[in-house]
Amino acid sequence: MSQVFHRSTNTIARLSIYGALFLIAGGVYVLYVFAGSPYVTDANEAKDQPVPFSHRHHAAELGIDCRYCHTSVESSSDAGMPATRTCMTCHSQIWVGSPMLEPVRSSYREDKSLQWSRVNAVPDFVYFNHSIHIAKGVGCTTCHGPMGEMPLTWRANSLLMGWCLDCHRSPEDYVRPRDQVFNVNYQPPSNQHDMGRILVRDYKIKSLTNCTTCHR
Amino acid sequence: MNEQKHNLAQISNAQPSGTRNLSLDELRARASALNGKRFWRSLEELADTPEHRAFLENEFPYDPANEPQELERRDVLKWMAASAALAGLSGCTKMPEQKIVPYVTPPEEIIPGRPLFYATSLTQDGIASGVLVESHMGRPTKVEGNPQHPASLGATDFKTQAAILGLYDPDRSQTIIREGHISSWGAFVNTVNDLRTTFGTNKGDGLRILTGTITSPTVAAQIQDLLKQFPSARWHQWNSCSRDNAREGAKLALGQYANTVYRFDRADVILSLDSNFLYEGPGAVRYARDFAARRDPQGSQPMNRLYVIEQSATTTGAMADHRLAVRATDVESIARAIAGSGQPPQAANVPKGWVEALVRDLQSHRGRSIVIAGDAQPPVVHAIAHAINAALGNIGSTVIYTDPVEANPESQLDSLRQLCADIAAGRVHTLFLLGVNPVYDAPADLDFTSKLLSVDFRAHLGLYEDETAELCHWHIPMAHELESWGDARGYDGTAGIIQPLIAPLYDGRTAHEILGALAGQPDKSPHDFVGDFWRGKHAGADFDAFWQKSLHDGVIVDTAFQPRQIGGAKTSPPPSANSQRGDLEIVFRPDPTIGDGSLANNGWLQELPKPITRLAWDNTAQMSPATAARLQLASKDYVRISLNGSYVQAPVFVVPGHADNSVTLHLGYGRKRAGRVGSNIGFDANLVRASSAPDIAFGAQISKLSSGYALAAMQLQQSISGDPDSQDLESENAFLRNAVRVGTVDEYRKDPKFAQEMAEPPPRELSLYPGVAYSGYSWGMAIDLNKCVGCNACVVACQSENNISVVGKEEVMRGRIMHWIRMDTYFRGGIEDPETYFEPVPCMHCENAPCEGVCPVGATVHSPEGLNEMIYNRCVGTRYCSNNCPYKVRRFNFRLYADFTTPSLEPMRNPNVSVRSRGVMEKCSYCVQRIQAAKIDSEREDRFVRDGEIQTACQQACPAQAIVFGDINNKENRVAKWKADPRNYTLLSELNTRPRTTYLARLRNPNPEMPGEKAAPEAHGG
Repeated sequence: MSQVFHRSTNTIARLSIYGALFLIAGGVYVLYVFAGSPYVTDANEAKDQPVPFSHRHHAAELGIDCRYCHTSVESSSDAGMPATRTCMTCHSQIWVGSPMLEPVRSSYREDKSLQWSRVNAVPDFVYFNHSIHIAKGVGCTTCHGPMGEMPLTWRANSLLMGWCLDCHRSPEDYVRPRDQVFNVNYQPPSNQHDMGRILVRDYKIKSLTNCTTCHR
Repeated sequence: MNEQKHNLAQISNAQPSGTRNLSLDELRARASALNGKRFWRSLEELADTPEHRAFLENEFPYDPANEPQELERRDVLKWMAASAALAGLSGCTKMPEQKIVPYVTPPEEIIPGRPLFYATSLTQDGIASGVLVESHMGRPTKVEGNPQHPASLGATDFKTQAAILGLYDPDRSQTIIREGHISSWGAFVNTVNDLRTTFGTNKGDGLRILTGTITSPTVAAQIQDLLKQFPSARWHQWNSCSRDNAREGAKLALGQYANTVYRFDRADVILSLDSNFLYEGPGAVRYARDFAARRDPQGSQPMNRLYVIEQSATTTGAMADHRLAVRATDVESIARAIAGSGQPPQAANVPKGWVEALVRDLQSHRGRSIVIAGDAQPPVVHAIAHAINAALGNIGSTVIYTDPVEANPESQLDSLRQLCADIAAGRVHTLFLLGVNPVYDAPADLDFTSKLLSVDFRAHLGLYEDETAELCHWHIPMAHELESWGDARGYDGTAGIIQPLIAPLYDGRTAHEILGALAGQPDKSPHDFVGDFWRGKHAGADFDAFWQKSLHDGVIVDTAFQPRQIGGAKTSPPPSANSQRGDLEIVFRPDPTIGDGSLANNGWLQELPKPITRLAWDNTAQMSPATAARLQLASKDYVRISLNGSYVQAPVFVVPGHADNSVTLHLGYGRKRAGRVGSNIGFDANLVRASSAPDIAFGAQISKLSSGYALAAMQLQQSISGDPDSQDLESENAFLRNAVRVGTVDEYRKDPKFAQEMAEPPPRELSLYPGVAYSGYSWGMAIDLNKCVGCNACVVACQSENNISVVGKEEVMRGRIMHWIRMDTYFRGGIEDPETYFEPVPCMHCENAPCEGVCPVGATVHSPEGLNEMIYNRCVGTRYCSNNCPYKVRRFNFRLYADFTTPSLEPMRNPNVSVRSRGVMEKCSYCVQRIQAAKIDSEREDRFVRDGEIQTACQQACPAQAIVFGDINNKENRVAKWKADPRNYTLLSELNTRPRTTYLARLRNPNPEMPGEKAAPEAHGG
């Protein structure tokens, strides 16, 4: 009796078995990449805000220090969002008639808070502390991206745990001198790794990767 | 507080009732077979009932009634596939949009993310304790003790800890109600103004004000002003568990009302005449601290010795070196015998020579001893205690008299009686009830309800729309103490300002405002009332500085009362009415957790296992094993108790160590309008309480109705066991014997390491895993069982700090209570009067943690600092870890216990701790949020964490200072010193788990002259 299947069906069978495996693996990989993609993490997407506030203008062009508005960044877990009165310290004097700033003025007038859309957020089971990162020489732009180049504000990084761990595992590749922490135009030097190792030693930076560092 | 409908009957059937399997004699025989060497935890364990077996063999006993439905194998597969698909999808969800809402004008001092602490006072029955309240951006989240307040010294009791839940209780009254309809403050003020017009002409005739115990100088002054305006008006006070007996006892002995402050730090010998002074009453937190400070065998002063003569089993009795369980009625004759009456004590079970040895001990510690009488004892016993203290020369050294703390000391029972009589005589037309609930808690024979209904105008101020509010024309929601201005005195007279942590959530009002409206000042704020009062006391240019300092410190300087010289205590007051009766007595006491019932709607307090009995969610008729046998009753029998022409139906609970021929009924339950938590649970003992005998009653008839009442008794649950499969009693004994390690002071002097020698821990190398060097911080905890008074403050403090859920009675019965620290209670010796030992058990944070190896997803792992970390977001709920934990300290969210929907509970939670959802394991974290906060602060300042900088919630609350936490690598730290103490031992050291939590062995300090003392069991036999 002749063979029912041609010899080539062996190859087809092998191909379809391995192909299916590859397809599944590929599918999982696509899902993984998708979950970390800006589409899901909202990275690189400028959100609608009540006032189109420009960090590029205020922080880079005018040179206002980050801490003028984010007052508690050195002392608390929260960096602190500026109260309307902080805006009005300048804008009661300049651009007083600008229609763009009307929400700010009406907030101040009516004693109603501005409602900003949160750009950088971690899940509720993550307890991030700004002050310790500042104290250990992690610059604002290391996580928040080139704030000095943002006319509107977007999330520059995925803020996924793997991204956090990149730095927590090898802080020497990311830290900068403390006097450069608030520099929005800072560019890491070419010898970052060597300088970083010195800073890690001087600032007593530990590579904290145990879970309760962030989760509790 | 989920509403879950389950079939209670089925559960109770699934749990065969306790001690009926064995007779009393058999139980006695079993206890004596243990030679007084082995510890036991409950009569059920002693009887080895199937119920107890079930809890031993399975931490969460199988409960078919509770399972959803029989699942077919195919359904299981379908569900698994669907779950897997959904789990995959959930990974692709986007984060929800969030808004950031900054201030318009930032308030001073508030830094988002950093809590502020404000000093204020919280009162219990009118007596204040100083607290510091943690506030996160304007919302109070946690109560801590105020180190500057003499009643606190930084510690709190469990009721104070639970005040935060009281503030956010969603069942609190929220609107002003006039005859069933919503009304307004303006309308109320108008009504009061109309009344004032009448009072202006008749001098306030028919106006009565009923309050609880008032220590507030401002409220008292306001009432006095009001009575000056309207001289015919009257002020009454009522508190169902008031301290009438102590007040009248002082008057009887000293000829005047006086407050007694005890200095337990100076006392070598203490005799408690039915007083639970370490647990309840004014100054209990301070007393526990002073008492525990004298339980240090290496301290500069000798260890104190505590004698307790008491009727029910209390925590103070558990701390006793010599304890005598007698009927409350019999305490009087024993007290007289101690005072030197020459008559032998009436109680039959006082061993020969007991009183004589006690008297010799007291006499050899003249001026360094204390005799203290309990609040349920008649005034005569208090008077005898005063006389003994005077005879021993204790007055002025350990017993200090001061002016009364109450603004108007009086017999509150007489005051309420007078009010009722006046109403009956038609002399009362207008009644203001401020913060009281007499419709629920007045003795039944006064028939307060019908009296109240005959008053023409009735207005009620209260936190809840309770039983009394329902019958009043007006109900005004009361501001919680955390929302209001006020002041109050502590146990020694120290006055503290009550300042609000938050604006009233529901436009609540204070007594100041009601009294102000009555006095014609409806618009004056409580702040101004209090401020003006103290301005009057402290006139001068520096008032603002004085006021600021008082607010900041939480105490007003120099307001503690000065000691008064009051002499001439009468030695032999006439006997009290029933002191000769020998039949069955009924004793009414405030419930150990919810008190007189005003705290009935507090889920934390309801679910808190009551000391010794470890019951939650119920009150019971408690009696001794012998009395139960005589009445042919057993635990969980449902009985009818007829007394004073009325009856209640109550479950029986047999308590080892309870006095014979005596039944304890706890007040506070059976509330009809407490709220969703506290309504319609337990029975209302007030129904059989008569004003003629509010504390001790006779003539009760007890008849059995049924058996198998479902009680949530935690004593069986979450228990450490030996090998449950082994029927070898020896192996189990080996475990149980060493869980609590007890010796006497003499044994300790001979062999300080006696506790460590009770077990032989395997060598450190005996592990399959390589050892870990902990070079940086190494967090550890030590708990001194010699100091722990079993007060449960740690349990509620932990619940508050760590957002721990309340699960409800049914779930508690299934062994699913969520407390991260539990108060294990061990008994030793005979069932009539066993020694009782407490052992708080949090997570041990084992270096060789059995839980970690079995987690398939790495949700519980070890930190380089020795913490056993529990990672909620990784946990998939296999419960392997809990299965493998020999200490049974892991808690699983079988259901969605956390309340994510009630809006008022959201601001209550600690923002630094995740709220756990269904299907997640949780356990003690050593308050890792506090560790991280302290580490961050120290690193920012480039230094190490200082000793004592991190206090776990349980440690901070502990009145007895029995818990120490810190870095064990630094040998200078207190925790390292405690761990170097020869008394230091580890729980189940045989298992080589290397726990970071260790215990310091309990030491008893018995009097060698006591009868039977030489025959007493050797503490470390085995």
